Amino acid sequence: MTQTVFYVFAAFAVVSAALCILQRNAVSAALWLVSTMFSLAAIYVLLDAQFIAAIQVLVYAGAVMVLFLFVIMLLNLGQASSDMRGASSVAATVVIVGLLAIELFALWRYTPRRLASEISQAPAFADPATVFAAGQLAQQDAAARGVVGGLAAPLFQIYLVPFEITSILLLAAIVGAVVLAKRNA
Amino acid sequence: MTPEMKGFILLSVLKMLFVFTVILVGVALLTLMERKVSAWMQNRRGPNRVGWAGLLQPAADGVKNILKEETSPALANRWLFVLAPALAFIPALMLSAVIPFAAPLPVDFDVTLGPLGPFAYHGPLPMVVADLPIGFLFVLAISSMGVYGIALAGWSSNSKYALLGGLRATAQMISYEVAMGLSLIPVLLISGNVGFGAIIRDQQAGLWYVLPLFLSFFIFLISGFAETNRLPFDLPEAESELIAGYHTEYSAMKFSLFFIAEYANVVTVCAMVTTLFFGGWDIPGRWDEQGGLLQTIATGAFFFLKLMFWIFFVMWIRWTLPRFRYDQLMALGWKVLMPIALAYIMVICTAIYGIEHVAGITDPKLRSLALLGVNVVVAFLVFGLLDSGVFIKGSNRRQHSAKPLVKRATVTG
Repeated sequence: MTQTVFYVFAAFAVVSAALCILQRNAVSAALWLVSTMFSLAAIYVLLDAQFIAAIQVLVYAGAVMVLFLFVIMLLNLGQASSDMRGASSVAATVVIVGLLAIELFALWRYTPRRLASEISQAPAFADPATVFAAGQLAQQDAAARGVVGGLAAPLFQIYLVPFEITSILLLAAIVGAVVLAKRNA
Repeated sequence: MTPEMKGFILLSVLKMLFVFTVILVGVALLTLMERKVSAWMQNRRGPNRVGWAGLLQPAADGVKNILKEETSPALANRWLFVLAPALAFIPALMLSAVIPFAAPLPVDFDVTLGPLGPFAYHGPLPMVVADLPIGFLFVLAISSMGVYGIALAGWSSNSKYALLGGLRATAQMISYEVAMGLSLIPVLLISGNVGFGAIIRDQQAGLWYVLPLFLSFFIFLISGFAETNRLPFDLPEAESELIAGYHTEYSAMKFSLFFIAEYANVVTVCAMVTTLFFGGWDIPGRWDEQGGLLQTIATGAFFFLKLMFWIFFVMWIRWTLPRFRYDQLMALGWKVLMPIALAYIMVICTAIYGIEHVAGITDPKLRSLALLGVNVVVAFLVFGLLDSGVFIKGSNRRQHSAKPLVKRATVTG
């Protein structure tokens, strides 16, 4: 059941991502990207990460993409003709596609079981559940403390310093954006 | 499939049918209620020709809208023009799935329904279609998707007025989403959970959150008005400036869909206010805690009463206050509500720390009362500041201070 739902959303995500890059109209492309992000959120829910799913929809599909759309609508982009012509573009495309294909092939050989065995360095194939116990621990934690509590505790206790460093980084970015906007105005 | 799972699916389907029927019929009746309320406020009678006291007016409107000719502008983007009303409508309806509307009903049945096999369900049945662990985060996330419908309606119409309305709506909804999200953090701080069930339980144990978190309620309510594009924040469709804003080019049922979405959003915001700040289906006192069918019905009715009060409140505001100017709207969102919400989070954090760790109060009732004390002080300070006119200058104040440039001609004869 879960697997069927996963394949439905995975297929939807891949198709929307493909349509996102194939659409000539910038607004349609942005909308297909929203639908990709929505399907990703659904996959997060299947992984019992409801909080991440809600944030994915709230931040990416809801806020970031709306701003994208806002900019596209204001710039009034027409049906932009493709500027991917010429031998150099084709060569670059072939190289990138080749690299991606190699990467996908390498990942395809990794089942969770094989990854678990390599990490635990067990001689035989290990059960992923014994190696990646964190997933189940997180599930129990979420059941006991609620979805947000289970995420907040490690974030504000164990990983407090990285968290604060990230916040300072984001603050610097905001200040930078305001300074740039002020200078241009 | 096990009988328990089939029982769960059967009950969920029944709940879905119930909730969506209530929402759709309710939305139709709300259009009538809006007209009746406005008529009452303006000393008119309102629609009273179709059916008894005008009760069939929504049906007449619906039939009219379905039978009307649909037009679409020649230069519109066809796909997106059709998609936009649906995108506005679907998130609005989805939100009604997560609001608990009555106390859990103890259910215990084991039946066999012909060829479908056995169905079973044991234990309390939560009176909500989807009892999500992420609670109000889901509402924030899905309501942020509603922007697309309006933005695309504005853009795909290929009309100046519609585009301006769509842009205004997008900017306004994104701005007020920030204040709305921040105003809910104090709720999370004192309940410790985002799920609606846990929030209602915590309010039953202590006080309704409107008392210990008054300012959160205030900011949430204002942001709710802005999120649903209702007066005094209905600039996206300001008829004196933009004809009808983002839905200028829409006709017939597509036009109607925007209104259904707006009313469904009003219902959701009012249900959120009720659930988060007025105890949801909670009835004050202790008599209702023995459970059972009677409790479910009574709490459901009480939830409905609270919801209707807030819907009436929204209409009351609409027919009382004039529209904001656009810069005032943005200034209110970013320069007033957001800083107040941020400062309020700090105040509540400090207060909770003081109450729980310094004073050592753990009883939920006492804790809520102590927070209420803090809130009385904060509310006096904030409303004093807002009323002093430092943040928002009303047009009234400006007129008094500005000197008339031209001496007024004296009227003679």
